[in-house]
Amino acid sequence: MVATEPEIETTPIRDLDVARSDASLRRFLHGLPGVDQVGAEQRAAALGTRSIKTSAKAYALDLAISMVDLTTLEGMDTPGKVRSLAAKAQHPDPSDPTCPQTAAICVYGDLVGVAKQALGSSPVKVAAVATAFPSGRAQLDVKLADTRDAVAAGADEIDMVIDRGAFLSGRYLEVFEEIAQVKQACGDAHLKVILETGELQTLDAVRRASWLAMLAGGHFIKTSTGKIQPAATLPVVLVMLEAVRDFREATGVQVGVKPAGGIRTAKDAIKHLVVVNEVAGPDWLDPDWFRIGASTLLNDLLMQRMKMTTGRYSGPDYVTVD
Amino acid sequence: MGTPFEYAPAPESRSVVDIKPSYGLFVGGEFVDGHGKAFKTVNPATEEVLAEVAEADEHDVDHAVKAARRAHRTWSRMPGAERAKYLYRIARIIAERSRELAVLESIDNGKPIKESRDVDVPIVSAHFFYYAGWADKLKYAGYGEQSLGVAAQIIPWNFPLLMLAWKVAPALACGNTVVLKPAETTPLTALLFAEICQQADLPAGVVNIVTGAGSTGQALVAHPDVDKVAFTGSTDVGKQIARTVAGTDKRVTLELGGKAANIVFDDAPIDQAVEGIVNGIFFNQGHVCCAGSRLLVQESVADDVLHRLKRRMATLRVGDPLDKNTDVGAINSAEQLARIRELSDIGEAEGAERWSAPCELPSHGYWFPPTLFTDVTQAHRIAREEIFGPVLSVLTFRTPAEAVAKANNTPYGLSAGVWTDKGSLILKMANALRAGVVWANTFNKFDPTSPFGGYKESGYGREGGRHGLEAYLR
Repeated sequence: MVATEPEIETTPIRDLDVARSDASLRRFLHGLPGVDQVGAEQRAAALGTRSIKTSAKAYALDLAISMVDLTTLEGMDTPGKVRSLAAKAQHPDPSDPTCPQTAAICVYGDLVGVAKQALGSSPVKVAAVATAFPSGRAQLDVKLADTRDAVAAGADEIDMVIDRGAFLSGRYLEVFEEIAQVKQACGDAHLKVILETGELQTLDAVRRASWLAMLAGGHFIKTSTGKIQPAATLPVVLVMLEAVRDFREATGVQVGVKPAGGIRTAKDAIKHLVVVNEVAGPDWLDPDWFRIGASTLLNDLLMQRMKMTTGRYSGPDYVTVD
Repeated sequence: MGTPFEYAPAPESRSVVDIKPSYGLFVGGEFVDGHGKAFKTVNPATEEVLAEVAEADEHDVDHAVKAARRAHRTWSRMPGAERAKYLYRIARIIAERSRELAVLESIDNGKPIKESRDVDVPIVSAHFFYYAGWADKLKYAGYGEQSLGVAAQIIPWNFPLLMLAWKVAPALACGNTVVLKPAETTPLTALLFAEICQQADLPAGVVNIVTGAGSTGQALVAHPDVDKVAFTGSTDVGKQIARTVAGTDKRVTLELGGKAANIVFDDAPIDQAVEGIVNGIFFNQGHVCCAGSRLLVQESVADDVLHRLKRRMATLRVGDPLDKNTDVGAINSAEQLARIRELSDIGEAEGAERWSAPCELPSHGYWFPPTLFTDVTQAHRIAREEIFGPVLSVLTFRTPAEAVAKANNTPYGLSAGVWTDKGSLILKMANALRAGVVWANTFNKFDPTSPFGGYKESGYGREGGRHGLEAYLR
C-alpha cells in the first residue's frame, strides 16, 4: 500500500509545480483528457448490470456496511439523535454480533463532542462537516475557524466543501489554496473534499475538481453535500474513481472516494462497489479508501443481510429507525 | 486477480428454452423433413450437441421457393397497413419471448447472455417495429412501391437473430416473401423464429427457413425463381454469389467482411476511448464484420492508451456465456478458432508483439483470450486480413492525414471509429474515411433507423433505415 503521511504525500505533488499560478493550474487541469458524457454513462450503466449473488453479495453487504459514514445533517439534529446514531454505528444489528460496524458517523461541528463522547473508545470515527457547509459561502477565516473548532472537539475527519463559485469562474488557485489551508487546519484529522458535483454539472468539471482537490492534498474526494440534487450518481463516481486511479499512477499517492447523497438501497451500494472494483481496482475496496455517505442506506443493507442469513425478509420493523 | 470481491457465478436459467432433439425445415408455414443429410449443432462453450438439424437439398430449396412464390401473390397485394399488423405482432412476440430467444442464442452461438439479452434481442424487436412502421408508407420512401418477389436471404453465425431481423423485416414490410438460410452452426433461433411466425398467424409461405451449409446456400442463390439475393457473410462467399447471379436479373445486396480502423487522437476522451476500443473488438468475441480490429492511435498518446487498454482488458471476464457477468464468450466453432489461432501465429511470426489478457479459459469448448498485437505495420497480414475474433492490431500515426491514409489502405470499407474532443476533426475524418459507417466517440452502435453497409470488398447495398427499403422495392 502507498504511504499516506501528509508530509510525504505533498512532496511529489509540489514537484509538479502546477500550483504556481492560476494560469499553470488552469493549463494543467484543462490538459487532462476530456470525459465523454455519453460514454461514461454507458460504462456506468454496463457495470450496473453485474449480477452479484450469494457469497459475493454477502461479502459486498458487509463491506458496504463497514464503509458507511452514517450521517445526520439536519437543522433539527439533537444530542439525543446523535447518541442514537452512535449506538447504531457500533451495533448496526443488535441481534447479530458478526455484523460489522460502520466506518464513521458524520455530524455538524457543534455535535462532534456529543458524538465523540457517545462513541468513547470505539473504532468508529467521527466525521464533521465544516467550512460553512453546505454552501461554503463564508470568508476563509470563518471556514478555517469552523474546521479548527470541529477538530478541537475531537473530529477524526473533516468533510469540507469547495467554493463552487470560485471553481466555476476559473479561480482554481483560490480553491487550491483554500483546500490546502483547511488541510493545515485539520492537523491529524483526515480531510474529505466535497466537490458538490450536482453544481459542477459536467463530467469534465468533475474530473478537474477531483484533480484539484487531490493536488491540494485532500485525503478523500466526496461527491456531494446531500443538499443538492443530483447528488452521487454512478457516472460521477466512475469519473472520480478514474481520477484517483490516475492520480496514484502519476504521484504514488492514494486518495479515497466518498459518494454521498442518494444511495438508499443495498442494490445501489453494490453497484458502486462493482464500479470501485472494476475502475479503480480492488485496492480501493476498503473503508480506508471508499466510503458511502448515507442516512437511510444502512437499514436496507441490514435487511438484505438478514435475508441472506435467515432466508427470510423481515421488513423495516426489524431494524432500528436511526 | 487477487480481488476479495470475486463475483459468484450468476447463471441464467436454461429452463426457459425447450430444445428439441431434431428440427426440420420451415416451408409453407409448416415444419417438414429435409432430403439432405441431417447435421448437428453444438454449444461452442461446451461442445455439447444441442440438436440435429435437417439439411435442405435442391429439391427442398425448390419447394421453399415455390411456397414463397405462392405466398407472394397475396402478401404483396395486401395493403401495407395489413402487413404492418403482422410485423407489429411479430415484434411484440419477440419482445415477450425475449428471454427465451436470448438464452437460446447464447447457447447456440456462444455469445454472452448480457449481449444477447441487452443488445441482440432488443434490436431484433426494434427492427420489426421500425419496418412495420414503413409498411404503409412506402410511397414516401422514394424507392418505388412494388415488391421484388421472392428474396433469398443468407445470414452468418455471428448475430443469427439480428441478421435475420435485418433481412426479414424490410423484405416483408415491402411485400416480398423470403426463403432464409441461417448459418449451419447457429440455426436454432431462426427455427424458433419460425415458431413465432406461426404464433403470429403469418400467412403460410411468407417466411420459409431452410437450414444447411454452403451447398444449400448455393442452391438457393442459383434458383431461377429467386428475384433478390441478400447475403451477409465472408467476402469470399460474397464473390461466389456475385459470380452466380451475374448476368441474371436478380438483385443483390452483399454485406461482407471488414477491417475497421478505430482512430484515437491525442485529445480524445481517453477512458471512454479505451472503452470504445474494447467494445470495438471484444464485443461478441470480435465476431463482428464492422469490428474495430485495427487500432490507430496517435503516437503522442500511444503508450498511455496501451497501458490503459491492457489494464482494462485484464478485467474482462471470459467464460460461461450464460453467466450474466461474462463479458467475452466462446468462439463460435472449432474451424473459426483454428483460423484465429493461425492468423495470430502468423502475426507473431511476422514480428508483431503479442499480448493476451491474463484469464483462465474453460477446458471444454472453443476459447481464445482477448489479445492485442503491437508493433504492427500495414504490411502485416494481421493488419490486412479479417481475423473475426478477439484480436486487435495496434498501429500508430502522427498526423490526421497519415491516419486517413492508413485507415483507407485496406480492401475493405465497412466501418471506422474516430475519437477526439474536436468536432471539426470528427467531420473532416468522417468525410475522408472510405467506410459505410463512421462512429464518433463510440463504436458498434446499431439502430434500425440507421443504414449500414460497405464500400469496396465490404459489399454493396444498405440495410437498415429508409435506405434499407431500396433493396426490396422497385
